[in-house]
Amino acid sequence: MNTMTATDFETSITPIPAELTKVEVKNLNFFYGKSIALKSISAPIARNQVTALIGPSGCGKSTLLRTLNRMYGLYPGQRAEGEILMDGENILSPRMDLARLRSRIGMVFQKPTPFPMSIYDNVAFGVRLYEKLSKADMDARVEDALRRSALWDEVKDKLKESGLGLSGGQQQRLCVARGVAVRPEVLLLDEPTSALDPISSARLEETVSQLKVDHTIVIVTHNLGQAARISDYTGFMYLGELVEFGPTDQVFTRPSTRRTSDYITGRFG
Amino acid sequence: MSVSAARIARRRVGNIVFSGFCIAVTAVALIALAAILWSLLSQGVGGLNLDVFVKSTPAPGSKGGLANAIVGSIMMCALAMAIACVVGVLAGTWLAEYAGKSRYGSVVRFINDVLLSAPSILVGLFVYELLVAPFGGFSGFAGAVALALLAVPVITRTTEDVLSLQPATLREAGVALGAPVSFIIRKVLWRAARSGMLTGGLLAFARISGETAPLLFTALNNQFFSLNLAHPTANLPAVIFQYALSAYDDWRRLAWAGALLIAAAVLGVTVLARTLAKEQRRS
Repeated sequence: MNTMTATDFETSITPIPAELTKVEVKNLNFFYGKSIALKSISAPIARNQVTALIGPSGCGKSTLLRTLNRMYGLYPGQRAEGEILMDGENILSPRMDLARLRSRIGMVFQKPTPFPMSIYDNVAFGVRLYEKLSKADMDARVEDALRRSALWDEVKDKLKESGLGLSGGQQQRLCVARGVAVRPEVLLLDEPTSALDPISSARLEETVSQLKVDHTIVIVTHNLGQAARISDYTGFMYLGELVEFGPTDQVFTRPSTRRTSDYITGRFG
Repeated sequence: MSVSAARIARRRVGNIVFSGFCIAVTAVALIALAAILWSLLSQGVGGLNLDVFVKSTPAPGSKGGLANAIVGSIMMCALAMAIACVVGVLAGTWLAEYAGKSRYGSVVRFINDVLLSAPSILVGLFVYELLVAPFGGFSGFAGAVALALLAVPVITRTTEDVLSLQPATLREAGVALGAPVSFIIRKVLWRAARSGMLTGGLLAFARISGETAPLLFTALNNQFFSLNLAHPTANLPAVIFQYALSAYDDWRRLAWAGALLIAAAVLGVTVLARTLAKEQRRS
């Protein structure tokens, strides 16, 4: 039962054409101090599509996501090796301007993180960092972002009220609005529905599907059903490795490796 | 395996004994507080009249008030809090956000904890050597600096504590938008930690408003009304100290009135600040 077979080490990465690729991860290793968390990851991320990262806890999905906007740089001792090319430019290069990078790659976290200010100021917060807009233009931008995140109808009469007064699901959509208001090219979602009730989750999933018209989306999720519903591509990670990557229907219905099929059919994880 | 009835009964008794003990100890503390407030009110209210607020400290036997001491105390406390808030908030922010586990950070944290419990009379002596002896005289400025030195550690400590309580994801959310860390601290973290930082400021204010020892070496006292902090400055604690120990009834009445005023001021500022914080949070 416990004997290893060749299939325990198989990986399968389905390439996508270069012209459809927004971000290309190449031979990425990641270290927390001395321990290695990502082992030679290579994967394409398709432009204006939803890419889901699945896998058991601790497999490195969130770590991979946090390399894409260099969030790990906040913490000494964490470092990445390899290349992540966005439109040909290496994100990991020390010369990369982090403020500009993060204006192009937005992020939404597992728990809602509204800032202690009004709903309006929450959405305008990121925009004000980069653009000097007139009152009317800013109003329009805030409305647009709130509409995209499907929150506008619920908050249009109370934009001046604190963002902390919203429900958990509304707060999470507010965070999505804050992210998209900056008009990033890529949006990273780190288990965005894991702290939400089923109805709020469903609304957020709808929002994500609509957002891919303008944004490239990478979503980390523990919920396999969610990955199957909203993603176009899926990567399955296990113990710091990318085991399988390909179109979502292929990964879920005809997985190429035994580890993937075991995980998807619920045999481990 | 079921728990025996005897054991359940024993636990119930233990529970009653323990909570009874807690209630009794709390009552002792509250009774002491009530007794202090009661004697303060009963003795102090009698001495309160308009003269207390408009006339300066009298010679024994003549009429007078506490106007010079009240104004002196307000000026010195205000200046001390202004200095202490700037230094304390910045130091606490540095400790929480930038120092991390660095050696320098641990040293600063340790020294701040020592200062937190430093005898206030030592702080007075220190400022005496620093600002009184070299400049040839007692002054309200020296008094304010001494009070500020007492307030800084309190504010530093509470600022660090409440900032450390803010979730890491709040910082990350700001960073993810591309904001510089210093901007996130000012616009997001300080706001999120506002009510805790306010509490720290109030604690510091409550501490310094009644301090006598450091003022004896710095501001000294002044018989006359003066708005000039470059000279010895009258203040409530020193007046209370002097008058309460005196043999004259009218001086002792004024001392009680002054003590009541300090207590009322601390209470008033606390209530006001809490109300303001609540208003702001609602908006």
